[in-house]
Amino acid sequence: MNAIQYEAPGSVEDAVALLAQANGEARVLAGGTDLLVQMRAGLVRPGLIVDVKKIFDMTLIAPDDGGFRIGAATCGERIGANNSLRAAWPGVVEAAKLIGSTQIQSRATIGGNLCNASPAADSVPAIIAAGGTCTVAGPDGRRDVAAGDIATGPGQTSLGKGEMVVDIRLPARPPRSGSAYLRFIPRTEMDIAVVGAGVCLSLDEGGVCTAARVTLGAVAPKVLVVEAAADALIGTPVDETALQALAAAASAACEPIDDIRGTVEFRTKVAGVLARRAAGIALERAGSN
Amino acid sequence: MAKQHVSTLINGEPAEFLCDTEQTLLDVLRDELLLTGTKEGCSSGDCGACSVIFDGQLVCACLVLAVEVEGRAVKTVEGLAHGDRLHPLQQRFLEAAALQCGFCTPGFLVAAKVLLDRNNNPTESEVRYWLAGNLCRCTGYDKIVRAVMDVAADIRRA
Ligand SMILES: Cc1cc2nc3c(=O)[nH]c(=O)nc-3n(C[C@H](O)[C@H](O)[C@H](O)COP(=O)(O)OP(=O)(O)OC[C@H]3O[C@@H](n4cnc5c(N)ncnc54)[C@H](O)[C@@H]3O)c2cc1C
Ligand code: FES
Ligand code: FES
Repeated sequence: MNAIQYEAPGSVEDAVALLAQANGEARVLAGGTDLLVQMRAGLVRPGLIVDVKKIFDMTLIAPDDGGFRIGAATCGERIGANNSLRAAWPGVVEAAKLIGSTQIQSRATIGGNLCNASPAADSVPAIIAAGGTCTVAGPDGRRDVAAGDIATGPGQTSLGKGEMVVDIRLPARPPRSGSAYLRFIPRTEMDIAVVGAGVCLSLDEGGVCTAARVTLGAVAPKVLVVEAAADALIGTPVDETALQALAAAASAACEPIDDIRGTVEFRTKVAGVLARRAAGIALERAGSN
Repeated sequence: MAKQHVSTLINGEPAEFLCDTEQTLLDVLRDELLLTGTKEGCSSGDCGACSVIFDGQLVCACLVLAVEVEGRAVKTVEGLAHGDRLHPLQQRFLEAAALQCGFCTPGFLVAAKVLLDRNNNPTESEVRYWLAGNLCRCTGYDKIVRAVMDVAADIRRA
């Protein structure tokens, strides 16, 4: 077996050049909490590993045009410790904080969560609900990609050879807006989502919902953006009737699998319940800012 | 490609080793440096038996490549005691019977040390959440949590 080459470049340009020139399979290494497990299980054996944690820019959270720019290699612990990010986008921060244990939090990155492309990745429904965009760097320069267009199916991404995600950008939060993410797992910590639900909504001065995004994780091959559930809120004061309609739309959108974590029927039902509860939390947050 | 040469600091002492890229920090600690206090339970980040401190952060050594520690600092359970003097957490785990088979103990000690270094007044639920990535098949956790709380109280009194 050929030895695996390890590189830890200091810039995005160097990382992209290494990835683009590789002749076997090349992998970005961020926190390694997915990649190392997959390598140990024999699922992947890259010829080249490009560790991106030494790229200073990729481990920073910075203000960006009223919103935020989160370096793709920022770990959950740092995301959780950023108070201004938490105040603006609590849904994204609570989702990133749910990933794994204390040990995992010091390593697992938001970019790794996105690029690993698990349908159950916790931060992804929250990022999509927040309207997040990624900067993708590659041999042909940089391009912007909606966060929801990175994963294309379980373990599959739209990234081409030599491409990687540099950062995730969250927009300025509109006034009177709130976000939330909830997941269902069989225990209180350390498990993979059976269902995850992200909601982001905005109100006008009279408390009527003017915009909403509802996302579901773990109930389809990739995160679902449920427009019918958002439409159930828009134009309403997010009252009981609207919340019931949102729950029904969320359940109707699910195309889940049966596995040991949950049956199709259970996941479908829970998706509605969680979406509704997340909308309730988002509503409360929207009312207080 | 030849093996990679890595220079690092382990428990405050300079250390050097040769490794393959796919070897984890856990593999190297146990098999090359013979620091077998750090245990291997799952090698997938689930059990916490391999917990070590990497540049001040609590991590699973099974999820860190050994090459990543070049020029950095690692602290393992072997670095907790001062000679024959046990760390207060070690002493309390012994006195309070916070272990049975002991396999999980190094991981719990290291994880609890990082917690108490940052917060010497954790609530019980903070301790339980902090230690949620450390599994124990034997004790039922209560004695472990109590021991950590007791050491925190001792630190506050000191
Ligand atoms: C014990 C344990 C518990 C876990 N619990 C959860 C949980 O509760 N919720 C959850 O969602 N996940 C969980 N995970 C999975 C994992 O921790 C997360 O998906 C994590 O966010 C992955 O990030 P990473 O930095 O470790 O990724 P890595 O393992 O470094 O990378 C993952 C994949 O993405 C690619 N990649 C990484 N960064 C980039 C980039 N910037 N550009 C392009 N490609 C990139 C890598 O090549 C690799 O294929 C858990 C894992 C473990 C081991
Ligand atoms: S051996 Fe590393 S977490 Fe189990
Ligand atoms: S004492 Fe046996 S696993 Fe914890």
